[in-house]
Amino acid sequence: MSPRFEPITGRYLHLELLGKPQRLYVEEAGNGIPLLCLHTAGSDGRQYRGLMNDARITKNFRVIAFDMPWHGKSSPPAGWQDEEYQLSSRHYVDLIVGVADALELDKPVAMGCSIGGRIVLHLACERPERFRALIGLESAAYTAPYYDLSWLNRPDVHGGMVCAGVVSGLIAPTAPSAGRWETLWHYMQSGPGVFKGDLYFYMIDGDIRDRVKQIDIARCPLFLLTGEYDYSCTAEGTLAVAEQTGAQAVIMQGLGHFPMSEDPEKFISYLLPVLEKIKAL
Amino acid sequence: MLDKIASLVNADAKLIRRGRFVDTTFLVAIDAADTLIRVQEGRITSVTAGPFITPDYSFALRASREVWEKFWQPKPPLGFTDIFALVKQKLMRVEGDLHPFMSNLLYFKDVLAAPRQIKQHEARS
Repeated sequence: MSPRFEPITGRYLHLELLGKPQRLYVEEAGNGIPLLCLHTAGSDGRQYRGLMNDARITKNFRVIAFDMPWHGKSSPPAGWQDEEYQLSSRHYVDLIVGVADALELDKPVAMGCSIGGRIVLHLACERPERFRALIGLESAAYTAPYYDLSWLNRPDVHGGMVCAGVVSGLIAPTAPSAGRWETLWHYMQSGPGVFKGDLYFYMIDGDIRDRVKQIDIARCPLFLLTGEYDYSCTAEGTLAVAEQTGAQAVIMQGLGHFPMSEDPEKFISYLLPVLEKIKAL
Repeated sequence: MLDKIASLVNADAKLIRRGRFVDTTFLVAIDAADTLIRVQEGRITSVTAGPFITPDYSFALRASREVWEKFWQPKPPLGFTDIFALVKQKLMRVEGDLHPFMSNLLYFKDVLAAPRQIKQHEARS
């Protein structure tokens, strides 16, 4: 095998966010319409590497993924050792718009998965004018807690192993082994309490059931893609959002909660028609 | 199905390695039928069918026979592919001292799914 570089470049962005100086890791590949990708809870932007390496996408889209503060190669803010990380809806919206502004993105498309799929519903409600279109992957208005989240951050349980163990069943049983285990590796690398802090948004603060009907897809088109094996954000949950908003929804066969990293090739076959529609807007 | 779980798990060197620090007894309830499963260093060293008067175990997983049978199909239907999918749908109850279970979740998920191999083996032979 001859050595080769991928077409992805990564840089560190310094900016003031959430009232603090932050150092965020940002990766990108491609040219064209900015496609700002939002990773799942307790993971990082590496989930999108399949998209950044696919010329069918990067010839028309500038694919950008940033690691949220505390995640991946982004730093936690100074003083992190004395606080408990907890993601709120307000902070999450401010973070995404703050990064889009800092990168001077002109009407980007925002695409998020899981917590990212939830926050695009918040963006659709609050900042529709800032985005060309929104894509929710594994997107539902609410997911109730179904296990005791305190297991995710306690010194007598290996945090990486328990986070991976909790999410492992959300991956489609048909996913390629390499995609499954790379997805889990990202979870195993998460900092202590980070997944739990993100789930505060996913399962508590980010409940948007009472505002879904306010979403006006004429102001910002909304597309929903959900894997059939996802029992966290279910097909029913996605279809309910579609019914209430008029958004286009597709249930993806043979995929689970992490479509872009568990089986990038299969996911991209579902994403390309959506991107074609967005190009034509 | 549980009578074969020991031979299935103990034949899987990768699974034993993953559970090499597990030392506990857990209970599986299929309807009202209880079975105690003893694990030592990742190997199943005993499987004991009830009924019990004073069963001694760390954690228990309880579900109906119908749910377990769907979970143990070689290709389980949607919603029956994972223990947590069953818990979320309130089709399974996991109770007791969950520390050994949560500390070794990837191990126990594969141990509990091991009986799926029985029908696969039967189909092949």
